[in-house]
Amino acid sequence: MKVPYSWLTDWIAVPWDAPRLGERLTMAGLELESIEPAAPAFAGVVIGEILSAEKHPQADKLRVCRVAAGQGEPLQIVCGAANARAGLKSALAVVGAVLPGELKIKAAKLRGVESAGMLCSAKELGLAESSEGILELPADAPVGAALRDYLRLEDTILDLNVTPNRGDALSIVGIAREVAALTGATLSGPASRPVAATHADTVTVHLDAPAACPRFAGCVVRGIDNRAATPIWMRERLRRAGVRSISPVVDVTNYVMLELGQPMHAYDLAKLQGEIRVRLAGAGESVTLLDGRTAELKPDVLLITDGAGPVGIAGIMGGARTAVSPETTDVFLEVAYFAPEALIGRALRWGLTTDASQRFERGVDPAGQERALARAVELIQAVAGGSAGPFSLAESRADLPTRAPVTLRRAQLARLLGAEIADARVRSVIEGLGMRLQTLPEGWRVEPPTHRFDIALEADLIEEVARIVGYETIGEQDALASERVRALPEVVPAEHAVLEVLAMRGYQEAITYAFVDPQLQQRLFGDAPALALANPIASDLSVMRVSLWPGLLRAALENQRRQRERIRLFEHGARFQRLEGVTQELDTLAGIACGPRMPEQWGLPRPMSEPADLFDVKGDLEALFAAVGVHGDVRFEPQEQACLHPGRAARVLRGTQSIGWLGELHPSLVRDLDFVHAPVLFEVDWAGLTLVRAAYREISRQPQVRRDLAVVVDESVPLSRLAERVALVASSLLRDLRVFDVYRGPGIEEGRKSVALGLIFQDFSRTLTDDDVARLVAAVVADLRVSFNASIRE
Amino acid sequence: MQELSSLVERALAEVAACGALAALDEARVRWLGKKGALTEQLKSLGSLPADERPAAGQRINDAKARVQAAIEARREALSREDIERALAAGRVDVSLPGRGERRGGLHPVTKARLRIEALFQRAGFEIATGPEIEDDFHNFEALNFPPNHPARAMHDTFYFPDGKLLRTHTSPVQIRAMLERGAPIAVVAPGRVYRCDSDMTHSPMFHQVEGLRVGEAVSFANLKAMLHGFLQAFFEQDLAMRLRPSYFPFTEPSAEVDMSCVFCSGKGCRTCKHTGWLEIAGCGMVHPNVLLASGIDAERYSGYAFGMGIDRLAMLRYGVNDLRLFFENDLRFLEQFRTL
Repeated sequence: MKVPYSWLTDWIAVPWDAPRLGERLTMAGLELESIEPAAPAFAGVVIGEILSAEKHPQADKLRVCRVAAGQGEPLQIVCGAANARAGLKSALAVVGAVLPGELKIKAAKLRGVESAGMLCSAKELGLAESSEGILELPADAPVGAALRDYLRLEDTILDLNVTPNRGDALSIVGIAREVAALTGATLSGPASRPVAATHADTVTVHLDAPAACPRFAGCVVRGIDNRAATPIWMRERLRRAGVRSISPVVDVTNYVMLELGQPMHAYDLAKLQGEIRVRLAGAGESVTLLDGRTAELKPDVLLITDGAGPVGIAGIMGGARTAVSPETTDVFLEVAYFAPEALIGRALRWGLTTDASQRFERGVDPAGQERALARAVELIQAVAGGSAGPFSLAESRADLPTRAPVTLRRAQLARLLGAEIADARVRSVIEGLGMRLQTLPEGWRVEPPTHRFDIALEADLIEEVARIVGYETIGEQDALASERVRALPEVVPAEHAVLEVLAMRGYQEAITYAFVDPQLQQRLFGDAPALALANPIASDLSVMRVSLWPGLLRAALENQRRQRERIRLFEHGARFQRLEGVTQELDTLAGIACGPRMPEQWGLPRPMSEPADLFDVKGDLEALFAAVGVHGDVRFEPQEQACLHPGRAARVLRGTQSIGWLGELHPSLVRDLDFVHAPVLFEVDWAGLTLVRAAYREISRQPQVRRDLAVVVDESVPLSRLAERVALVASSLLRDLRVFDVYRGPGIEEGRKSVALGLIFQDFSRTLTDDDVARLVAAVVADLRVSFNASIRE
Repeated sequence: MQELSSLVERALAEVAACGALAALDEARVRWLGKKGALTEQLKSLGSLPADERPAAGQRINDAKARVQAAIEARREALSREDIERALAAGRVDVSLPGRGERRGGLHPVTKARLRIEALFQRAGFEIATGPEIEDDFHNFEALNFPPNHPARAMHDTFYFPDGKLLRTHTSPVQIRAMLERGAPIAVVAPGRVYRCDSDMTHSPMFHQVEGLRVGEAVSFANLKAMLHGFLQAFFEQDLAMRLRPSYFPFTEPSAEVDMSCVFCSGKGCRTCKHTGWLEIAGCGMVHPNVLLASGIDAERYSGYAFGMGIDRLAMLRYGVNDLRLFFENDLRFLEQFRTL
C-alpha cells in the first residue's frame, strides 16, 4: 500500500523522517517495500497564467502564448498543447529550469518564433505516466509561485507490504494507528462533522443475506456537479496513493477508502430502480461490470440488486447499468460491511483484485460505516456541491462480528517470548493499539477493537506485544534440550556416502523436475499410469514422473547438445506410481551413462575409449551394492522393458525382491532422441540399499590353489547358472570363482561361447593336495558336461 | 710362488675388465669355482712338504680372498651401473596427467542440504521426511490456513484432479512429525517443494528445509538463538541477524529473518539491493491451532518453527547468481561443485 508521508502526518505526529518511519514500520510488521519521492527532481517551474494564446503563424498545431509568470513582463511561450488557452493556469518552466531527466530549458526559436520557456504537462514533470495537454491548475493558484511548493511535492511515498491478516492497516488511518502504538501519540485526523440532511430522500435497503452483509449504510446526495474538477490537492493525494482521478464522486469514494479503509460505492440514483436488496446470486444470473465485462455468477456470490436485477457484485465491483457518469446529478452512496467469508476468493474468479475486494476480504471495520459516509458526503459537497439526505442504516446486529475479550497471562507471555516485559510496558502497548484492557491477577483481559480481525487468542496478543516492543529487544537464549544420544541405525546408509560412490565413479548429480513431458514418458513407459497435474505450468511439464529416466535423458541430451561426448549423471529423488488407485512415492536413485568408458586420456588401451556398455554401468551398480554390503545377494535377470534394448535389459533383484532396472536405451529411442551414443540407464529403489552390517569371518591360514577352466557352452547359458553349479559341486572348498574371459570365434562352434573360469580352492584345516584339487575339478567338469552339455577347452 | 702372484694379477685384471654381471660370474667360476684356477692351487698343496703346507695354504686363501673381494667390488659397481642405466632409460614426464576415472560430484543444492542437515543434527535435531504429493489437510488446513484464505492464494499451488496437491512448502512435515512422534520433538525436514510460478527468480520446483522444536518451555528467544547460530555456522561468518514481524498462518508471533549481507557484510551491494540485509527465512512460534491439529497440548508445550530456501542458501554460499542454473543440469556448471 502506498502511503504519502504528508497524508499520514495529517493524522498523526510522526517524530521520524520518511526513511526512519519506513524502518520503524518494517520492524513492527509493515514491511517497507520501496520509498520514493512524490515527484522527481525538477527546478525552475512556476505557476504561469496564459494571458493570450494565438495560432502560430507557421504551424497549425502550435500556439504562441503570452504567459504571466508573476514578475516582470509576461513571457512569450510557444506551446503545442491543445488545451493551451487564455485564462488557464499551468506549469511554466522558465529559461534555466531543469526538468526530470536533466532536461535544461533554454530560450529557443520554434518555427521562427521565440519561446522563453515551456508549458509543461503532468508527464513532463514526472507527475503522471501519461497525460493529455499541459497541466491545468485551479483558477486560484498563485501566479509566480513555485509549483513544487504549491503542490507540496516535497513529499515521500512509502510503499508498505501489508500482510493478509492486517486488513485494518490498509488505510492512512490504519498506518496512523500503528504509528500511534509505536510513539504513544494520539490520532488527530480531520474531525468528522455531522452532515445536516437537507432533504428526506432515502433508498430502502433489504439485507436478504444478513450473514454476508449485516450492515449497509446509505445516503442520497442530490444536485451534484460531477463535471466539476476534483481539487488538485485531492488529485495529488490519489496520485501518490496510486489511484487515478476519474470524477469528483468516484474520486471522493476512493479518497475515503484510502483514508479510512472503508470501500464504498456510488450509484447514479436516476438509474437505480426501486429498492435495494443485498442477496446471493440466483442460478444463471450475470451482471455487466463497470469495466464492461459480463460476469457469470455462482450462487455463493453476494450481489447488490435493485428492482431490475444486479447492480454490482458486493465488495468487488459495481455494475455498468447504474454507474455514475459526468452527467450524474443525484447519487446514492453505499457504505457497507461485507463478511470476509462472503467475499474471499470470489474476485479472483474474474481475475480481479480490486481495492475494495482486497479490503473486504481481509476485514473492514464493522463499526466504521457512518463515519466513512459522513466523510464522503462532506467531501462530495465540498467538491461537487449537492444536498444530502438522512443517513439510512440497514443492520442485522446478530450477524455482526463480535470481538470476544482475550486473556493475556503474564506467565505465558514470558514463557513464549523467553523474555520478561514489565507490566507497565504491556499495558501501554495494548492500550496504544486501541484495545481496552482490564487488569487480572494473572494478567490482563483485553477487548480487541472492532477494526482488528486478527485478535482472538492469547498468542495474537503476545504477537502484538512482541512486535510493538520490538523483536530486537528479545534476547537470544539457548534451548534446554535432551542430552540423550539418539539412535543411528547402521542399516540406514548415510545418504552422502551412497551418493559419493557414484560421484567417485564419475557420475555428476543432477536435479530434474518431478513433472515431465507426458509424450516422452509415454514413449518410454507406455501405459504406466501417470498422475497428471490439473494446472501444469507447461504442457511438457504436466505429468508426474514414473521414473527418473525421462528427466535424466533430457538432461543428457541437453549436455550432448552442449558438445559433451561423455556424460555420467545421476539423480536421487522421488518417482510417483499409481497402484490400484493409490499414489506411491518411491525414493529412487537413477543414473545415465553415455559416451566413452573412460574420460579421454593418454596411454589408455583402445577398448577403454569405446562407448560404455551395460557392463560398465553394471560395474558402477555393483560398486554401489558392495558399499552397502549386499553385492553377493544381488542378481541381474534378463527382462524386457519397452524403453530398453530387449537383449540388454535386466531387472535387479535383491534376494527375491525386485529393486530396480539396468539396461541400454532401445535403439529406436536412441535414434528418435538423437543420441550419439546409446545411453545405459539404471534405476534402483533407495529402500533396496539398506546396509548389511559388516561382520568378521575367519581367514584361512592354508595356501590357496587356483585352477583355470575354459568351459564351452551354448550362448543361452548365462554365467549365473554356470557359477551356481560350480559353487554347488565344488562345495565349501571353493573360495572364489572368477570369470577372466568370454570368447567367441575361431575354434568355437557357432552358437557357443568359451567362458574362462578361475577356480580358487582353499581349506581351513589343511593344505589341499594336487589330488584333492584334481578331484574337485573333475567333479565340476563332469557336472558341467551333464548340466550344460559343456565341453572343456584344453 | 711367483706363479700364484701372477695368477692373482691375471685374475684381478680379468675381473676389472668385466663389463657385465654375467661375465663377472663367469670369471668368478673360472678363478674361484670348484675347478677354478686358484682353487686348483689348493690341490697342489699335497705335493709340498708338511711343514710348508700351512703357510702355502694361507697364501692361497689370501689370494682367493683378494680376488673374491675384487669380484664383490666389481659386482657392486656393475649393478650400480645397471640401475643407473635403468634409471636413465626409465625417466617419465611426471607432468602428464594421472590415469583413470575422473571424479563426478554432488549437486550444489544437495551439498547445501547435507550441510544444513549436519548442522542441525549437531544441535540435536532429527531428519524427518514427508510426501511431496500432499493433501489439503497437511499442506493448509492443519497449518491454520482457513479455506479460501488470501494466504493460500500466495502459494500458487499445483493441484491434481482428485484435490491432492504438490506440497507448496515443507511445513506439512511438521504436522506429520508431530502426529507421529508427539512432543517433545526437534526435527528438520528438507525436501522439494512446488509452486506454479516460473521466472528469473522462481522455479516451479525448489527446495526448502523446515525446522521444528516443541518442548515444555521453548521460546522465541530460543528460536532467535538457534537461527542466529545456524546462519553463522552455515556461512562461517560472524553475521548479524534480525527478525521482522510478519505473518504466516501457522506461527504466532511470526517473523521474517534477515541476515547481514554475506557479500558486503551489511554495507550495501547489488545482492542485498543496497539494504545490507538478505531475507533468508520465515519463522515463528508454532500457532496453538497447529499444535491442536497435531494432537499436542498447547498449554503444556510450546514450539518454534522455521523454513528456509535451500536453493537460496546454496546460491549465497557458492556465489551462484541465477536460480535457474540449479535445474539446467549443465555439466559445465555442476562440475564446479565436485569438492566433497
